[in-house]
Amino acid sequence: MLALLLQIPETPVAPVNTAMDLRELGIQLTYLTASVLFILGLYSLTKPARAQRGMQMAALGMLLAIVGTLLSRQIVRWEWILGGLLLGTAIGYPLGMFVPMTAMPQRIAISHMFGALAATLVGVAEFRVQHGQVSHATMAALGFEVLFGALTITGSFMAFGKLQGFISGTPVTWRGQNAMNLTLFAATFGIFVYLVVDPGHPALFYAMVGMSLLIGVLMVLPIGGADMPVVVSLLNSYAGLASSATGFAIGNTVLIICGALDGASGFLLSVLMSKAMNRSFGNVLFGAFGAAPAGAAAAEIGDRTVRSVTAEDVAVQLAYAREVIVVPGYGMAVAQCQHQVRELASLVEKRGGEFKYAIHPVAGRMPGHMNVLLAEANVPYDRLYDLEEINDQFEQADVVLVIGANDVVNPAAKNDPGSPIFGMPILNVDHAKSIIVLKRSMAAGFSGVENELFYHDRTAMLFGDAKTSLQQLITDIKEV
Amino acid sequence: MTITLLFVFVLAAFVGYFVITRVPPLLHTPLMSATNAISGISLVGSLVLAGSNHGTVATLLGFIAVTAATINVVGGFLITDRMLRMFKQRLPGGGNGTQPEKREGK
Repeated sequence: MLALLLQIPETPVAPVNTAMDLRELGIQLTYLTASVLFILGLYSLTKPARAQRGMQMAALGMLLAIVGTLLSRQIVRWEWILGGLLLGTAIGYPLGMFVPMTAMPQRIAISHMFGALAATLVGVAEFRVQHGQVSHATMAALGFEVLFGALTITGSFMAFGKLQGFISGTPVTWRGQNAMNLTLFAATFGIFVYLVVDPGHPALFYAMVGMSLLIGVLMVLPIGGADMPVVVSLLNSYAGLASSATGFAIGNTVLIICGALDGASGFLLSVLMSKAMNRSFGNVLFGAFGAAPAGAAAAEIGDRTVRSVTAEDVAVQLAYAREVIVVPGYGMAVAQCQHQVRELASLVEKRGGEFKYAIHPVAGRMPGHMNVLLAEANVPYDRLYDLEEINDQFEQADVVLVIGANDVVNPAAKNDPGSPIFGMPILNVDHAKSIIVLKRSMAAGFSGVENELFYHDRTAMLFGDAKTSLQQLITDIKEV
Repeated sequence: MTITLLFVFVLAAFVGYFVITRVPPLLHTPLMSATNAISGISLVGSLVLAGSNHGTVATLLGFIAVTAATINVVGGFLITDRMLRMFKQRLPGGGNGTQPEKREGK
């Protein structure tokens, strides 16, 4: 390692002439300004009211960095640059302006793919241009770049497919899967190490890219929909690391800084998401939850019955409730009923009741999914409560409405050590005076685990499509 | 030079970690789209690749890279802005339903 670092200072850092120096200095200054604006932009996200302004400044930073780069002497032809910028804008604009909030998880997943694609292609081209005649250090950077980049390309595409629904969301598993994946991973890493020691092997380099692409597919195949928040965050982190590695390979600091910010953010989010499910990273990636469990518990619950109610009954309860807590889940996103929830809330509020929203960290398919949907429906964000903030308040709640959430309200996470979700922090919905579960049918939640909450004495089920049910509630409550 | 870059990386990662720790869960989705938009900075590397004379293949790869990175920059900042506009509508502490509804006319 030391040898790697020592051979680098030979590269001439000192400028050859002053004119070039000034231009180069100008370019570097735009990068520095951009980096500062990016950090300030991310910092502004700590305060919702300031965030929009902060990110607009970050966008300005991006513009500066782009203009700075275009001043570079290395650029001698413009037609492909212009073409790429135009095509990218033509595709990016609709992706930014017209994608509905409900499709946000897949939108985010696909953008990780684009980021990783750019980084990987730059890495591959850099290797080609130098005909493999690169230093050990550069090879290490290029290797990281294409490794992380390539697996993020296919991994994100798989995640996109699963979220969009054209690839089955159920985990695909087979015997010996983990062993196979680990072998492939070890082999790929072996090639990487070999290349760093002896970079002049293009065939091996391309083989490594191909194997990384395969790893991306295999990594996401066994992961189910409910674990998507972790995977999407992790891919976010990998895309960042890939751009950082690009920065190392071409000696560009702004790339390194942005990649590091991106990587740190994705890493932090995936840690938060894993914690919210009481699972380790490794467990999410290698422990595909699914078919196996549920057997014993299901048999035990088997002959118990659930209580079903009509929308009219629920409307009466809501009309006279002082405090209502809504627990939204992925089902709310699927039914796209956030606007109806908001409308119902304003009717209850008009009658003097208080309406709150309990947001579990892993509700939905990506970090913050429920918050974005509710914000879109004009729910004031001071009505949205985190798990810790609201968990003590369920006891005072007159009615709890569970809309399309399942595992995050399953008491088995607290009571049943045999349950696969045991230990996961859940919302204490079962403490409320009355619990109404809006649900399409009695199917188990994503983890395949039965939910004892549905059989609770104070629970009543309002069966049907959540949107239709809510519309019925809205009509009925007006007549109470 | 490599060691300096390593300093930059580690320090930036620290700054990122401590800033992002303070982002409330409320804004985690905009955070993801914001970091996505920012990661579009790989455009910087892609532009140089597409604009220099290293042969057709390199230029073509550069062209695709520029396109992909531009998608992230344009799409990423726009969608982040759209989301943050929704969160900005109400000031913290207010919003007892007393504030006038501001609906985004689209």
